[in-house]
Amino acid sequence: MTTSVAAGRPNQDRQGENPRLQLLEKSLKKFHYQQDALIEVLHIAQETFGHLDEEILDYVSLRLRLPPSWVFGVATFYNFFSLDPQGDHVCVVCMGTACYVKGAGEIVARIEQAFSMKAGETTPDGKLTLMAARCLGNCSLAPMLTLDGEVLGKQTPEATLAAIQEKMRLVQARQEDTK
Amino acid sequence: MNPAELHSLAEQERQRQKEQALRLFLCYSTPCLSAGADKVKSALEALIAERRKSGEVDLELVATGCMGPCSRGPLLRILSPEGGERMFEKLTPETACDILRRHWADEPPPVEPLAVDLPFFSRQTRIVLDNSGWIDPEKIEQSIARGAYGALAYVLREMNPEEVCNTIKSSGLRGRGGGGYPTGVKWELVRKSPAERKFVVANGDEGDPGAYMDRTIMESDPHRVLEGMAIAGYATGAEQGYIYVRGEYPLAAARLSRAIKDAERKGLLGSRILESNFNFRIDLRVGAGAFVCGEETALMTSIMGRRGQPVPRPPYPAQSGLWGYPTLINNVETFANVAPILKNGAEWFSGFGTEKSKGTKVFALCGEVVNSGLIEVHMGIRLREIVFDIGGGLPDGGAFKAAQTGGPSGGCIPAAHLDTPVDYESLKELGSMMGSGGLIVMNQGSCMPDVAKFFMEFCQDESCGKCVPCRVGTVEMHEILTRITNGAAVLEDLEMLEDLCRLVQESSLCGLGMTAPNPVLNTLEYFRDEYLAHIRDRRCPAEVCRLDKVPLLKLPEHARELAIFLKEKC
Repeated sequence: MTTSVAAGRPNQDRQGENPRLQLLEKSLKKFHYQQDALIEVLHIAQETFGHLDEEILDYVSLRLRLPPSWVFGVATFYNFFSLDPQGDHVCVVCMGTACYVKGAGEIVARIEQAFSMKAGETTPDGKLTLMAARCLGNCSLAPMLTLDGEVLGKQTPEATLAAIQEKMRLVQARQEDTK
Repeated sequence: MNPAELHSLAEQERQRQKEQALRLFLCYSTPCLSAGADKVKSALEALIAERRKSGEVDLELVATGCMGPCSRGPLLRILSPEGGERMFEKLTPETACDILRRHWADEPPPVEPLAVDLPFFSRQTRIVLDNSGWIDPEKIEQSIARGAYGALAYVLREMNPEEVCNTIKSSGLRGRGGGGYPTGVKWELVRKSPAERKFVVANGDEGDPGAYMDRTIMESDPHRVLEGMAIAGYATGAEQGYIYVRGEYPLAAARLSRAIKDAERKGLLGSRILESNFNFRIDLRVGAGAFVCGEETALMTSIMGRRGQPVPRPPYPAQSGLWGYPTLINNVETFANVAPILKNGAEWFSGFGTEKSKGTKVFALCGEVVNSGLIEVHMGIRLREIVFDIGGGLPDGGAFKAAQTGGPSGGCIPAAHLDTPVDYESLKELGSMMGSGGLIVMNQGSCMPDVAKFFMEFCQDESCGKCVPCRVGTVEMHEILTRITNGAAVLEDLEMLEDLCRLVQESSLCGLGMTAPNPVLNTLEYFRDEYLAHIRDRRCPAEVCRLDKVPLLKLPEHARELAIFLKEKC
């Protein structure tokens, strides 16, 4: 696929095989290949592919006729875009003021310690991604976090660790079942 | 649609609502949703459907926007046609169904409803949040029944752009994003700028940690914002508007895009609005997580699809903004104030608030208070009233230490200034600011140097890196604050910190850098003894910082091997 994207002919030969690329192409069309729509297109790309790798960024830069450095610059400037694939489980701890005052820092520190990782990283086995968000706007539930999109409010470090381990255990049990 | 049709649609909807035997309002905004409102809703819907099969029930379940007391969610309000109103808090699907069943059976509810005269509600003045909690934001008819687009129809028929600008000017409305620039003056500037194209932008990129007013307004009453923008478009001569929503607010973006479509379909946006000669389109732009994009020039570069880096002003957006054309940028809350002003008149609006700060302000009250949530109060209210009357004081008998306002650009107001009236000038005098309206109450368990460090870390992360004072200054200040909270600082560090604060304040390019030192300077002024306790006595009075475990001298990563080598040799 790399060659076809680099050659700038994704339209004819490869697109039919990849429905996700088709989806991206459709959204590009919706925005009339306008360069202003770069951020919108990257949003859709990340939604469909999960993250933005080099190939996707190349593809977008070709279709929008923007220099690759420009596209890369935008993709790295905004926190929302991720250039690396995420782990099986994603834990986002809110580090807004209300959560911080009520001890969200402690929660992050404990998870970092338990999985020997830093916030913003994924564990080497790809099981968990830990992120610290700048206020998710659920201040009345402080300290709060989301685990795989599910909101957990009024958390303690122990409860959070337990919830993460429970998630991992469930997935493992399911995998063993299918075996 | 023409104004007459708009009027009859509103009448029709009001009549329909009156005929319902019972109306249930379930708070369906983000905080209540995360507390489980969706489960309550499906349980109630199942119960209603079951009952409807037997054909004896005529009621409506409305999934509304925010009702206010978020810490008490999920919330349910029951309204009978006679006007009887009861509100229930902290619901589970079971209790919600039980409440409804007992209501049908004419029995008293299983749980006590919230007191009607709760100061949380009675002390508020709701202008912006007037519809919030009373309408389903995804149904345009319900907004119209409460008067949405009525002001727009009136303006298009009765007023010329100059009169609209003058009304806004004489109402005394000021920008609700934090700066407090007079809104009418800004509108007038854009109106007078000669250009073939103009733009209107609503700033919904609310990055302040601890603030979620804009999100709630967009989620609960999207049509109010759209109407305000359309009126602004008419007053300034713009035909295109953008509403820039923070990437972290998917629900707000979804409801807005739905609202835009609905309004376009009804001819309330788009071309020849309400059968007048006025055309106005609104497009939605979703941000991607960058605090600096709340700054107006950075926001505009982001709308144009680039890295959200600010550009020096002047020229101000009113002269040269999006693609070089005159652009009007206002906060979402500012736009939400526009329709009521034009409907009720400038004099009515300027009746609220203080001499220089008119109207109301929405605050997100959270932290160590009993009732946290979203409140709207008139300007000039005492901070004490907000915290102790509306907020219900601190839980577990905690003592009030400070209230943080204005996010990373603001500061902490200590207990000694609890009687300060909350308006633009008084807050500024205290070294804080209105900001977009986050209000976080702290008790004795918060360490002020640690809070300052927290905000500096935020600014360091979010600095776009374009100008040196902000890029390097925030990192250096964060270093010093880390040393202080680690117990590795000396008194000279404090001097350097203050110097750096002044330097960054005076030489940064945009608002982010200019205001980044505020939390530090402000806590240094009111809580200097805490800083001194950390440095001199190596003690944290709030017992937050761990001073004993960190060595005084911290070696950098690359020097560690050298240290081991030296230790072995010597």
